[in-house]
Formats: sequence, structure tokens, C-alpha cells
Amino acid sequence: MAAIAGVAESDLGEVAPKTAMQLQAEAAREALAEAGLTFADVDALLSAGGDGYAPSMAIGEYLGITPRYTDSTNVGGSSFVVHAGHAYRAIQAGLCEVALITYGSTQRSAASRTLGRGGGVRGTYQFEGVWGLPAPVGPYALAATRHMHEYGTTAEQLAEVAVATRKWASLNPKAFMRDPITIQDVLASRWIAQPLHLLDCCLVTDGGGAVVIVSAERARDLPRPPVWILGHGESHTHLGISSMPDLTTTPAALSGARAFGMAGVTPADVDVVELYDSFTITVLLTLEALGFCGRGEAGAFVSGQRTAPGGDFPMNTNGGGLSYCHPGMYGIFTLIEATRQLRGESGPRQVEGARVAVANGTGGVLSSAATVVLGQ
Amino acid sequence: MSERAFPVPDAVTRPFWDGVAEGVLRIQRCRGCGRHVFYPRAVCPFCMEADLEWVEASGAGVVHSFTVVHRAPPDYRDEVPYVVALVDLAEGVRMMTRLVDVAPAGVTVGMPVEVAIQGEPRLPYFRPR
Repeated sequence: MAAIAGVAESDLGEVAPKTAMQLQAEAAREALAEAGLTFADVDALLSAGGDGYAPSMAIGEYLGITPRYTDSTNVGGSSFVVHAGHAYRAIQAGLCEVALITYGSTQRSAASRTLGRGGGVRGTYQFEGVWGLPAPVGPYALAATRHMHEYGTTAEQLAEVAVATRKWASLNPKAFMRDPITIQDVLASRWIAQPLHLLDCCLVTDGGGAVVIVSAERARDLPRPPVWILGHGESHTHLGISSMPDLTTTPAALSGARAFGMAGVTPADVDVVELYDSFTITVLLTLEALGFCGRGEAGAFVSGQRTAPGGDFPMNTNGGGLSYCHPGMYGIFTLIEATRQLRGESGPRQVEGARVAVANGTGGVLSSAATVVLGQ
Repeated sequence: MSERAFPVPDAVTRPFWDGVAEGVLRIQRCRGCGRHVFYPRAVCPFCMEADLEWVEASGAGVVHSFTVVHRAPPDYRDEVPYVVALVDLAEGVRMMTRLVDVAPAGVTVGMPVEVAIQGEPRLPYFRPR
């Protein structure tokens, strides 16, 4: 058994002149304090996407932590959900007791996000990187076109997700975009890559976060209720979108089945869902892959603002990558919000009686997925 | 000012790009299992065979999916809107490309297309057939 004992975000939005390491350090400090722990208690470090080629090494040096378990696995934005599963396994194996997962990025203030770079393209990308397909939105648009073709999914159904998610953001003081939007607003926003509009796309913000996972022994006397990891799964099916086996089936079909199977719960048992919403299509594909609805049914499933506050399927209750924050690798925030929901501390956006939550990360271009089932 | 993206061939992929330079679409076929392989690889992902031969593709395919790009990477901005597609070749492999000789509004999933090697850098574009 292992439990999430502390979670924290760093400053979000535009944080200049703060650095990515500073964001991680501040979030780590706060998450550990919430768990009643210090840097000296940490014996496992897991990180991705921060400064340098080996993020867990960088954060270890910065915080003065010498771990006995280290993991810089990077499979894109899902990495931190992968890390949660790895931390669980390492704790189960007796390799460590207190695992710290961190992330930080200043992509907004650094203006480091680009749609693609020119010049020579090497390696396996030499066949995709030469066509002017904007990254990462272009590959997601290809999946959206295919889903529309196979199942009749509409732009209005995609827009439902953006509108519902913004309603949740309006309840979250930390959210970057809080003004209400309508389906018409989404459809009238400019095209980025058809069929995706500007408001089908996640934000570009700064931000960071930290999650502390501890053994059952350590979880006995925490300041806050432990949130147990009941199941986890991970997989990836491709790197480039040309190699995706099926454009409408994400690897969450694999990670989700493993996570649910291990937890002994079904999608019907889940009270609150936090999915990586890089784009509205990501959400529809993930809902189907995880089995919350059938193949091709996600468009109808999210219609009528079903995932909004007051709807019968509360999803992305922090406002998601679409409206709350998206520093480039959003996965860690699915864990943070799911934990807060299960502790019952989400204030105006609290899902009443939430006992089981799912956090699902997606990485690359629908390339990797990681699912964690959490319970009180 | 960056320069427009261009492929950098390596030891495994050079026959593909040499073919494109000659106006021929060549892909690999595995001598072990007989399946066509794209992108080019040193080892067959289907059967682990290391002996792959180069064969000329028919150049015929169908559009599996596409997107009309409006917000382009820096070096492509004066070309929007344009269509980037995934094309399934008759040989059973999938390839990213750009569609030419067709208006974006005229593109559909399932549309038959054929290779049209052109441009600078020289690349295997596709057009309706």
C-alpha cells in the first residue's frame, strides 16, 4: 500500500522572473510540509521535463536530497502519472518510503513554446518534421478528423468540453482563464489546425507542482487524510502520429484496463475524473479509451454540459489544461486535483461524496498514457 | 530567421531520399516476412529480420486523415491554409505528406491520391488521382 500524503502547485500563470527549479523547489517544500515531512525524509525522487538532461538529478542537487530510488522517466506530459505508479511499486518493493515527484516549467515567460523548428530534421522525425505540421496541435487535429469521420463527432461536441471546463475554472481562483465561454465562442474562435479552434487548445502558462507518496507505515499519522493508490497502469503505442496504430484509440485503453483491474473497480465506481485535456479531442478519446463510454460515443457523452459543475460526470474540476494551467506537461496536476477532491478540500468546486477518483495523463501526440485510480 | 525544415538522411534512410531525388517513391520490404515497412528501419518491427530490401511503391494511396493548417510554424506562414495528411499507401504503410493540386475544402477522408514528388526541399507530396 502507498498513499499520496501531500500535493502542491507552485505559482502558476506568468511567474517571471522565477525559474523552473524555483517553482519545483517551492512546490516540493509545500507538498512535504502538507505531509508533515522534510527534505531529509525523502528517499525517492521522480521528475521529468525540468532543467537539464536528468531532472531527478537536478532536483536532488537543488534540494540536497540523495535518493535511494531515482526516476527521470520522460514519456511526455503523462510522465508524472507514470511516476506515481513507479513510486507505488518502489514502495511496495521496500526500496523507499517517501517519494517526491516534481515538475516545473516557465514556458510562458520564456516564450519557449514553438509550433515547430526549421533546419535539418534527423532520426525518425525526418519523415514528419518536414511538412509544416504544427506541433503538437497538428497530430491531435489528425485524430479529431478521423474521429469525426468514423463516428460523426461534431465541432459542437468538442466545444462542450471547453465550455464545461471553463465553468470549473471559474470556481478555481488559481485558474488562468475564468471568464465564461459559450459553444458559439469556441466555434467562432480562429482555426489553429482544422477541425481544432483556438478554444479547443490548452493554455500556454508557467507552473509547477509536487506530489509526495508514502508507504502505509508512513501514512499512519499524516496531518491530512491519506489518498490511497488503488491501481495504476502505463503504456505507449508510438512516438510520431504516423505510427499510431489507430488514430482514435489512445494507449489509455491499455493503462486504464490495468489500473481498473488492479484497483478492482470499474468506470461506474468513479466519482470524479481528472484527464489530461491538451485539446478537446484528447478528452473524448480518453473517455472512450478508459471505458467511461463506448467507442465513438464520447461526443454524445459530453453533450448537454454533462461534465460541468452540477452535471452527472464531474471532470477536470480544477479547470484543466484548457483553462486552469498548462505549463507543457500537465499530468502532475491531474494527481493534485484528484487528491484534493478525495480529501474534500476543493471548496466551491468540491464534488460531494467523492470517494474514488481517476487521474489520467497523456503524453506526446496521444503517444503515452498513464492511469492512476485513487481512493479514500 | 530560421530555415525551412529539410530531411537529413542517414545510413538507413538514404535510399528513400535518393529515390525522392530521382522522382521515385521507394519503401522497404522485409525479406523475412514480406511485409512493407515505413519509415525505413534497420530491423523489421514485425519479425525481427535484419534483411530489408528497397522496392518501388506504386505511389497510390488513400487519405486516412488530414488537417487544414491555419497557424503554421514560422517558415510556413505564407502558405496557409494548407493540408497535411496521413496517406495509406496501397502497400499497407502510412505516410505523412502534404496534399497539392486540391483546395482544402475539397479534401475528404478516403480520397484516392497519388505521389507527386516536388518542391524545395524535394519531398513526396500527394495529389488527387
